[in-house]
Amino acid sequence: MFSLDLLRDAVVLGVLLGCFYAAVSIGLSISFGLLDVPHVAHPAFLVLASYGVYLCNDQYDIDPLLAGLLIAPLFFLLGLVTYRLYYETFERRGSDAAVRGIAFFFGIAFIIEVLIILQFGVDQRSVTASYIGKAWRVGDLRIPIRQLVAFAVALALTVFLATYLSKTFMGRAIRAVAQDEEGLRLMGANPVRIKQFAFGIATAVLGIAGALLIIVAPVEPTLDRVYIGRTFCVVVMAGLGSITGTLIAAIILGVSESIVLTMFGASWAPAISFALLLGVLAVRPQGLLGR
Amino acid sequence: MNRRDVFGWATAAVMFGLMSGASAEEPPIKIGMSMPQTGGLAGGGKASLLGIEIWRDDVNAKGGLLGRKVELVVYDDKSSASETPALYAKLLDVDKVDLLFAPYATVPTAPIMPLVKQRGLLLMGNFSFQVNSKIHHDMWFNNAPWGPADSWANGFLTLGQKAGGKTVALLSSDQEFAQNIVTTARDVTKKIGLQVVFDQAYLPSTVEFSSIIRALNAAKPDIVFVASYPPDSAAILKAVNEIGVGDNVKIFGGAMVGLQFAAVMENLGSLLNGVVNYNTWLPEPSMYFDGTKEFFEKYTKRAIQAKVDPLGFYLAPYGYAMGQMIEEAINATKSLDQKALAKFIRENVHKTIVGPIAYAEDGEWKESATLEAQFRNVKDKNIDQFRSAGKQVIVFPDRLKTGDLVTPFEASRGN
Repeated sequence: MFSLDLLRDAVVLGVLLGCFYAAVSIGLSISFGLLDVPHVAHPAFLVLASYGVYLCNDQYDIDPLLAGLLIAPLFFLLGLVTYRLYYETFERRGSDAAVRGIAFFFGIAFIIEVLIILQFGVDQRSVTASYIGKAWRVGDLRIPIRQLVAFAVALALTVFLATYLSKTFMGRAIRAVAQDEEGLRLMGANPVRIKQFAFGIATAVLGIAGALLIIVAPVEPTLDRVYIGRTFCVVVMAGLGSITGTLIAAIILGVSESIVLTMFGASWAPAISFALLLGVLAVRPQGLLGR
Repeated sequence: MNRRDVFGWATAAVMFGLMSGASAEEPPIKIGMSMPQTGGLAGGGKASLLGIEIWRDDVNAKGGLLGRKVELVVYDDKSSASETPALYAKLLDVDKVDLLFAPYATVPTAPIMPLVKQRGLLLMGNFSFQVNSKIHHDMWFNNAPWGPADSWANGFLTLGQKAGGKTVALLSSDQEFAQNIVTTARDVTKKIGLQVVFDQAYLPSTVEFSSIIRALNAAKPDIVFVASYPPDSAAILKAVNEIGVGDNVKIFGGAMVGLQFAAVMENLGSLLNGVVNYNTWLPEPSMYFDGTKEFFEKYTKRAIQAKVDPLGFYLAPYGYAMGQMIEEAINATKSLDQKALAKFIRENVHKTIVGPIAYAEDGEWKESATLEAQFRNVKDKNIDQFRSAGKQVIVFPDRLKTGDLVTPFEASRGN
C-alpha cells in the first residue's frame, strides 16, 4: 500500500525516532568514537539510568526529564570511576587492551543487569508525566508528544556537546587526546585525566538519555541487549567521534526504519539499518562525517 | 549424678534422637524443573514457581506424598531454549529427580520434548503452546487452558465477527509463539469468512510502534488481532493511544502477552480500557472453585516477600493446579511409576483450584477455557483495583462469561 500521506507520516515519525536514537547513542560517540574505549556496557548504563529516573518518578514524583538531569552528576562520577578502573586494569598494561576491555565491559554490563534484577525484579517499569500518552494533532497527522520531547532533548544535547567540544578548552583537549595522545603528553597535559573526564561526560549524558529511554517505552533489566547493535551502528555510521554525524546518522536510520515499517513490513526494518551501515561504510569507510 | 553424667546422658539422648529420626525419614520425592528466573520470561516464571512452591508447602504440611516429603529441584534457564536440554539432562542424570515439570512457556519447553519422549518420561507442561503437535508424546500433559490450537484466535475473531466485523488486521511478533498463534488466526479467518487486510510481523527488537500503527490504521480494519510479547504489548498500546486505530475498529487485542502481569497493568492503567485480550484466570464470579480463594490469600502474602507479580492471576494458580494433579495421581496409583501416573492423568477428570481438567489425546485440555476479557473502568496507578470483579469482564467463552462485549473499540475506551 502506498500513499503520500503515509509517506509523509513515516518521514515525520522517522525523524523523531532518529532523534531518540541520537540521544541514546551520543554518549557512545564520545566514549567509543573519541576515546577508543570498547564500551559495550554503554546500553547497560543507559538502562541503569532509566531505572534511576524511574525511582525518582515513582518515589518522589519528580518529572522524568528533571530526574535525568538530577542523576547526571552521579553518572558523571560513575563514569570517572569506571574509566579509572578500566585504565588501571587494562589500558595501561598493553596493546591488546581493546580486546580485553570488551570482556571487562561485558562483565560490567552483566553486573548491572543482575543488580537491577535484584533491586527492582524482572518486571517492566515505566514513568508518568503529563506529556506521555498524548499526541499533537496536525491535520490528520498525530505526533506522540513523548517523541517530540526526545526530539527536542536530542537536538539540545547535540548542540551542547558539539559546542562544548569545539569551543571550550577542555573540549578541545578531549578532541586532541583523540587525535594525538602522545603529542598532548609532550605538551605537559595528562591524557589519562582528560580521557577520564571525557568518559565522565559521556556517562553523564546517559543520565538524560536514560530519561528519554523510559519516557519513550517501558524498560526492563535486559533491554540493553536491544540497543547494543543500534547504538554502535549509529556511531560507526556517523564517523567515529562526530557528534553532528551521530545526529545525522541516527535520523537517516530512524527515517529509513520508519518508511520500511510503514510501507514494506516490519520484519525488514533492522535489516535495512545494517544494510545502510554497510552501504555508507563501502562508500565512506570513515563514516558520514568522520575524518 | 555428677555434671559429667548429665552431659553424657544428654549427648546420648541427642544422638538417639538424630539416628531414630534419620532412619524413620524416607528420602524426599524430588520434582525437577527449570524455570525462567532471569530474561524476558522471568516475570511469569517466578510467579509460576511461587504457585508450585505453595502447593509443595501445602502437601508437605499434610504429610507429603506416599509418606515422603516433596522437594523441588529448580534451575534458572534464563528464558533461553539453549539452556533447557542440558538442565533437564542434569536433573535426570545428576540430581536423579523422580518427576519432571516443564519450564514456563513454549520456547524453553520445545527443546526438551525429544528428550522426554526418548526416555519415556511423564512431563507436566507449563503454559506451552502446541509443543507436542509434531512430537506426539503420549505422556505429555500441558497445564494450560488453551485446548485446541485455534482456541485463542477463534474466541477473539468470533467475537469480532458477531460485533459486525468483516475485515481483519493481524499484527504479530516475529518469534515462534506469536507466529504459531497468528498462523491459527489466519486459518480461523478463512474458516469463518473474514478478509485479512493487514498482516505484518515485527522483529522482537522493535522499540517504537507509531509507524506500524499508522500503517495499520490506513488499512481500515474492523478487527485488530495482536500477538505480542510483554515489552511490545505495552509499546503497542501506547502507540495506539497516541496514533489511534480508527473509528471502524470493533475489537482490539487478542493475544497480547504481558497484559496479564500486574506491573504492566499498573503501568498502562487507563490505556488498557476497551482492549479485549486472552487470559487464564480472573477474579470474576465464574472463576472460583474449591481452594481458589485460599490459594490467593497465601499467594498475596508470599508474593510481596518474593518480589513477584503481586496479583499472580495468570500463572500462579496453574502452578498450584499442576501440583494438585500430580498429588491426585500419586495418591490414586500409590506409586511414582511414570506410565501409571500418565495413564491416571489421561483417563480422569481432575479437580483443581482452576476448575476441572480433562486431557485430550494430544495432551492438551479437552475443552478450552481460554478467556477473552475486556478491560473496563481501569484507573491509572492502582494495582488493587484489579483484585475486584468488573475490571476485566469475561466476554468469552459463554459458560464462563460475566458480561457482553462493549464495542466499537474507541468508544469502549471511555467507559
